[in-house]
Amino acid sequence: MSTDTPASAPAESAAERYLAVQRSDEFAGLRRALRGFVFPMTVAFFLWYALYVILSAYARDFMGTKLFGSNINVALVFGLLQFVSTFLIAWLYSRYADRKIDPVADRIRAEIGEVTREHGPRG
Amino acid sequence: MNTVLAAEAGSTTARNLTITLFLVFVAVTLAITIWASRQTKTATDFYAGGRSFSGFQNGMAIGGDYMSAASFLGIAGIIALYGYDGFLYSIGFLVAWLVALLLVAELLRNSGRYTMADVLAFRMRQRPVRTAAAVSTITVSIFYLLAQMVGAGALVALLLGIKPGTTFLGMDADTAKVATIIMVGALMIIYVTVGGMKGTTYVQIVKAFLLMGGALVMTLLVLAKYKFNLSSLLGDAAASSGKGSAFLEPGLRYGVEVAGNATQTFYNKVDLLSLGIALVLGTAGLPHILIRFYTVPTAKAARKSVLWAIGIIGTFYLLTLALGFGAAALVGSEAITAQDKAGNTAAPQLAEALGIDFLGGDLGGATLLAIIAAVAFATILAVVAGLTLASSSSLAHDFYANVLKKGQASERQEVTVARVSALVIGAIAIVLSIFAQSLNVAFLVALAFAVAASGNLPAILYSLFWRRFNTSGAVWAIYGGLLAAVFLVFFSPVVSGAPTSMFPDQDWQWFPLSNPGILSIPFGFLCGWIGTVISKEHDEDKYAELEVRALTGAGAH
Repeated sequence: MSTDTPASAPAESAAERYLAVQRSDEFAGLRRALRGFVFPMTVAFFLWYALYVILSAYARDFMGTKLFGSNINVALVFGLLQFVSTFLIAWLYSRYADRKIDPVADRIRAEIGEVTREHGPRG
Repeated sequence: MNTVLAAEAGSTTARNLTITLFLVFVAVTLAITIWASRQTKTATDFYAGGRSFSGFQNGMAIGGDYMSAASFLGIAGIIALYGYDGFLYSIGFLVAWLVALLLVAELLRNSGRYTMADVLAFRMRQRPVRTAAAVSTITVSIFYLLAQMVGAGALVALLLGIKPGTTFLGMDADTAKVATIIMVGALMIIYVTVGGMKGTTYVQIVKAFLLMGGALVMTLLVLAKYKFNLSSLLGDAAASSGKGSAFLEPGLRYGVEVAGNATQTFYNKVDLLSLGIALVLGTAGLPHILIRFYTVPTAKAARKSVLWAIGIIGTFYLLTLALGFGAAALVGSEAITAQDKAGNTAAPQLAEALGIDFLGGDLGGATLLAIIAAVAFATILAVVAGLTLASSSSLAHDFYANVLKKGQASERQEVTVARVSALVIGAIAIVLSIFAQSLNVAFLVALAFAVAASGNLPAILYSLFWRRFNTSGAVWAIYGGLLAAVFLVFFSPVVSGAPTSMFPDQDWQWFPLSNPGILSIPFGFLCGWIGTVISKEHDEDKYAELEVRALTGAGAH
């Protein structure tokens, strides 16, 4: 449909600026830093979670093994470890983002010439 | 005779106290809503609470939005009746937040404005993509809303002790249920139309504190009863369940092994895997969760809110473990199923038992029961308000302003339409819930997660990370995933052909799984890919703008 244009048609110069930034080495570094962390980590926690669900479905004897001579079994410990890994990954990511992502993102944003706004233009 | 009388007196006290506490909650939240309405002037205020919430506040609100009655009462109930398997559910609900944290929250916050579709339509043709996103948002939200509201009707009747044959304020049980649904619906409409995102957020924050407080107190009491020895709590729960150590292992509820029926056993286990995938991938595609990321000023604050949310939600699910096993041990499955077959009253019944034990007598029991019942009401209200807000925002911002008015609507018009939409959607939800109240619609929550994971998530991830993605791909992904999930569920045993179906007397079932995710999620991703490669459309400039803005926060609203 002819009326279907993108939401905000930026001035040509703005479009060129974004394209130039996107093709810069600095931005490539930022993209690499982000993807280099989040993609492998996503694969890792998904596989770890999948292992837990698959064992819950197909390895019931193993999951039912009692530990420490108490009523605590492998299934419970495995489940609690999912909590531990979730908290751990969240903490690791937050530390990584603070150190490796935010400074670069802030620098590029400043270079683009946008003032860092605490609030949106309409809010 | 005396004990019966005492119990009767106790239940009247509990009922009066529950009603009082509930009215207090309603009064407080309405006051907040009116205060919030005075602070709500612009579209950003209405849709995104002025983007003025802190990471902590938004983290609490996310918790309040996410921890539905299904989590609080439902998971505690599943654990109380089926043991370990309820834990499987909560783990899926928690791990899911890593998808939101790592892949979605910050990039969405940076590049979007009010709705999920802002990001999906960023570099696409607006009208087809926004239409698809609005259809999907409203479908997911209405499914979720129906499950919550029908549940609310039944739950309130149970919590107030309104049984068939008894009357409450002159109403019989059925009338009281309908009245409850109408009241819950009316309150959610008021929260949203009057208070907008700001009012809704504060309602969710208050609810999160109440829920965490209630769960924490009950957990401490359960653990104190067992001298903080987890093993003896588990042992007691297993013993009183009558199922022995199987109660502490997976398999009583999900992935059930049917002796002598290898086919059914196979389907049950695949169904468990399917549920697990939908739970973990659905959260980051739920529109009412996604719009919460717009209420904070920056991507860093969005990250902080997810971190808080993970902490709060994770803690809460650990507490439900103690609540569920505590209810199994101290209340017992017989007493629970006598109240509610699905186990939804396990947590309130546990509260009553703990109150009798620790606060002393029936009055103590009635007091704690009333508190927990009021917390359950608060939980329902906060969640339905969030869902109504998400769907009315999408209807106004995506469909009205960008599809019908082609982006030419004024801010004032848009907000007015959003308010009217909330009223209309709320009214539709009330009517549908009243019609659906005698049907088993608990599956709609899992279906909402499956649709979100099959349609919305592929579209969001492709949008943010795949350069080649285009309008056709986005439309294919959303409709493909949505239709696949709904189609498969329609022909599954949760809709027809089984005693527990929505329509138990009909039978058009041929798809053996209750959860479609294992097929519909890959199908949604596949549709997104096919739709993309069959279209030549590709806008390198807009992708550059989206990527730079998403990663750096430049030009963020």
